[in-house]
Amino acid sequence: MSLLPWTIYLSIAGALASLAAGRRSATAARWVALATAVAAWGVVLAAAAGFSPSAVPQTLVDLDWIPSMGGRYHLAADGISMTLLVLTGLAATAGILFSWNIGERTGEFFAFYLTLIAGVYGVFLSADALLFFVFYELAIVPKYFLIAIWGSTNREYGAMKLALYSFAGSALVLAGLLWAYAAGGAHSFALPDLAAAAAGFPAGRQVAMFALVFFGFAVLAGLFPFHTWAPTGHVAAPTGASMLLAGVVMKLGAYGCLRVAMPLFPAGLAFWQPAIGWLAVAGILYAGLVALVQDDCKFVIGYSSVSHMGFVMLGLAAANPRAVAGAVLQMFSHGVIAGLLFAVVGRMVYDRTHTRRLEDLRLLPLYRLLPFGATVFAVAGLASMGFPGFSGFPAELSILVGAWQASPLWAAAAALGVLIAAAFTLRVVQLTFFGGAGDGETTVRSAALPPITWPERAGGILLICAAVVIGLKPDLLLNWIVPSLQSPLFRAVIKGGGP
Amino acid sequence: MTPIPMLLGGLPLAVAGLDYGGLGRALLPEAALVAGALAVLGVDIAFLRRAKSALRLRAAAAIAAAAVAAALLLCLRTGAAGEVFGGVLVLDSLATATRAALLFLTLVVLGVSTGAAVPRRSAEYCAIILFATAGFTLMAAAQQLLLAFLALELASLSLYILAGFDLSRPESAEAAMKYFLLGALSSAFLLFGFSLIYGLTGTIDLAQIAIVLARQGPSPLLTVALVMVLVAFGFKAAAAPFHLWAPDVYEGAPAPSAALIASGSKLAGLVLFTRLLWPGLGAVAGEISTAHVGAGWLPVLAVLSGASLLLGNLAALVQTSLRRLLAYSAIAHAGALLLGVIAVGSSGPGPVFYYAATYGLATAGAFGIVGVLERTGGSLQVRDLAGLSRRAPLLAGCLLIFILSLAGVPPLAGFFGKFAVFAAALRMGGVAGPAGWLAVAAILLSTVGLYYYLIVVKQAFVAPAPANQGRIAVSPVALATLAAAAAATIILGIFPSLLLGLF
Repeated sequence: MSLLPWTIYLSIAGALASLAAGRRSATAARWVALATAVAAWGVVLAAAAGFSPSAVPQTLVDLDWIPSMGGRYHLAADGISMTLLVLTGLAATAGILFSWNIGERTGEFFAFYLTLIAGVYGVFLSADALLFFVFYELAIVPKYFLIAIWGSTNREYGAMKLALYSFAGSALVLAGLLWAYAAGGAHSFALPDLAAAAAGFPAGRQVAMFALVFFGFAVLAGLFPFHTWAPTGHVAAPTGASMLLAGVVMKLGAYGCLRVAMPLFPAGLAFWQPAIGWLAVAGILYAGLVALVQDDCKFVIGYSSVSHMGFVMLGLAAANPRAVAGAVLQMFSHGVIAGLLFAVVGRMVYDRTHTRRLEDLRLLPLYRLLPFGATVFAVAGLASMGFPGFSGFPAELSILVGAWQASPLWAAAAALGVLIAAAFTLRVVQLTFFGGAGDGETTVRSAALPPITWPERAGGILLICAAVVIGLKPDLLLNWIVPSLQSPLFRAVIKGGGP
Repeated sequence: MTPIPMLLGGLPLAVAGLDYGGLGRALLPEAALVAGALAVLGVDIAFLRRAKSALRLRAAAAIAAAAVAAALLLCLRTGAAGEVFGGVLVLDSLATATRAALLFLTLVVLGVSTGAAVPRRSAEYCAIILFATAGFTLMAAAQQLLLAFLALELASLSLYILAGFDLSRPESAEAAMKYFLLGALSSAFLLFGFSLIYGLTGTIDLAQIAIVLARQGPSPLLTVALVMVLVAFGFKAAAAPFHLWAPDVYEGAPAPSAALIASGSKLAGLVLFTRLLWPGLGAVAGEISTAHVGAGWLPVLAVLSGASLLLGNLAALVQTSLRRLLAYSAIAHAGALLLGVIAVGSSGPGPVFYYAATYGLATAGAFGIVGVLERTGGSLQVRDLAGLSRRAPLLAGCLLIFILSLAGVPPLAGFFGKFAVFAAALRMGGVAGPAGWLAVAAILLSTVGLYYYLIVVKQAFVAPAPANQGRIAVSPVALATLAAAAAATIILGIFPSLLLGLF
């Protein structure tokens, strides 16, 4: 447990090491990156094995950092952080496996990649708002380079849009946090201190501060209508970066909403709750409908990410233990499943066929040419639809039940979203892999597809296993998450009976 | 009317029994700088007249750097000694920290000048850099109008020469001329303002001025004096609407000169005017922490700050020349720095000093890179950076760190500068008044800033290198200097208390 901060240090060291190794050979850089990600994930899993859930985050490190401003280097973990740390390790490892074919400037690629991972680990471990923010921004710039240098379609546009949206969101967060810090006069960025100071603010001020911080974070979570960076960014990104973006970076936003915005300003949440709930529902339905008519299969997955993140935001908006626990579980589940979907369309299909247009793919008998890819995609599709036995099912179910308690209308509309998700998922699975007419010309052209490599198999199996294990036994994570929601910080905002 | 003894009270030479030994000790760093400048000139004229220009440059820079290092040691050893020579100078923590930072920045400038295209007569160039630095360090400690003005003039006159040092480029002459004309004008304003203050209060000592002003309160004549002083401050800080010289000077001056003008000169000026405004003229500061603005110099500073933030950030968006982009971004940073000066009232000088010092470091580094890259060609355009990460990986890495620090991305020093300044401004009353509004506006405008900064690093890291260009050879000393500056930017970012904890 006390080793958890080493996830951050290891990732930074690995970034520098793969940069150095990349000057020698690309293979060395790959192995350094993989070893780093596995080592950091190993640290997380070892800590998880000995983790006993508690209401209050367990402090790992707590040092004076900027005494003149009250900033502390305070890392702590509770069940919610543990869930997302496990996800980060998983997504980072799988993402590296699916980036094995990056051949140009490989060292730099993994350096940016691991820096991003270090920032993500840092966010999930931070117990001090200033530290949280520093790690949060550390994750932005590497994303820009990952997309702009190694991306595909419209990459410079997608990268810049994503960077500016993220930065604008974090500027809102910074404005709100600094305002709360300065107005409270507590001279501390510790979340409990900020919350105690904010409790004394008039409701109107809390409403404004909550709006700044929550919607600032919600930009990165892909809340409608601030989601437009997500599809373009996901599509432009190289496979490994798409997996990270959808897998963990969008979770940073949702995590910030849950960890920082909601506990600090309960009165703000009470005011904005209906708006957030309806925006989340709108996102679920709108992004689902848009996904239904896309011609580029990566855009389908990109919009499906926005739709699924809508469930997370809906769970947060419902603000009862069942819905919030479901939201955290959905963060994990979507991280795994979206990673898997992006891996198949980006790495297995696009890197081989050099097309993502469903019009073209339907002409290829891909289920015969890439049977492994077809299996993985079909399984991931089932998981994405919320099929029982996969992690999406318990997550979305508990969000829907929780949302019903908050507002039956939300639950009804979101349930419609589940149907739409089934429709667009079946469509993309069918057109991508099972449309093949098998006529002579396309068969000849496609016969030369390179076979699936071992890193792809390993990464695919890893992610499927995670989705199935959590699907069959969601209590593994829920037993961590639920006690954390009893923490004093959440008591004022997450109301209602146990899940 | 003011009694006669008080009239003389500010003039130190008229008063007997002063501690000349203390003055000498306090001025040891300046003495080292001046001695170093003379040594540079002497060695060059005695031994190196027939040597190659590269050797002359290296020898001059080495001697100058040794003098600056000696001054740095002397400055740190003297430490915060309190008031010197009857209050003419003050060596408080702000003065000591500022002097040390200024000397470090000069070391950076000297280091990069060995890799830049420095014109002929390099010994004189290095000597004048040292004279300018002596002016800066005096500005950092001056607590009396006359000395403040003399120090400012010593620095300014040196900088005019440095701006026009490159005789082979007409742009350099143009830069020097513009800088000189506008600078002389602003000096005249400042002197006029000072003389009005002296006339009103009968003293040139800041502490006495504060006492007299607290008794007298505002008057029309004082308003005129304040306007004069603020015009000069706006010019020195390159704040809108007194910024017009900055883009042309930054573009035309030799790169190391531009680095010094953008970093050391700005830091010294900010500290000088912070001292002048808060301890000296604090009684007529006015009030901007609520929507009911009280008359004084704070509202004026707030207007300058807002105008600079807006104009700098928006104008930088459309620049194609890297130097002009840095110039407009400097104007935007001047807006944030003025906000820091405003916030000194609530949180002390720590935040604004940290901001100015780390901004100076990053911008000196950026201009250093411009200088190194311009060795081979003319004025550097942003698009000329294409492929830099493959043509000179270490240089590109340094550029990335400087530019991201300027953009305010954590964990680099630039972020904590902004963070401390904005927190201090918000502490003046939340978002209830102009101070808070400016802080929020500045935070939101930093997104605009990120765009043009990302354009720069995009060229360096994303754009492919032009086909016919190979690796760039960089002088090892310049590269080591830039790497040290980049490392300092990272370290001061990860451990901001190294500087913030001094106050």
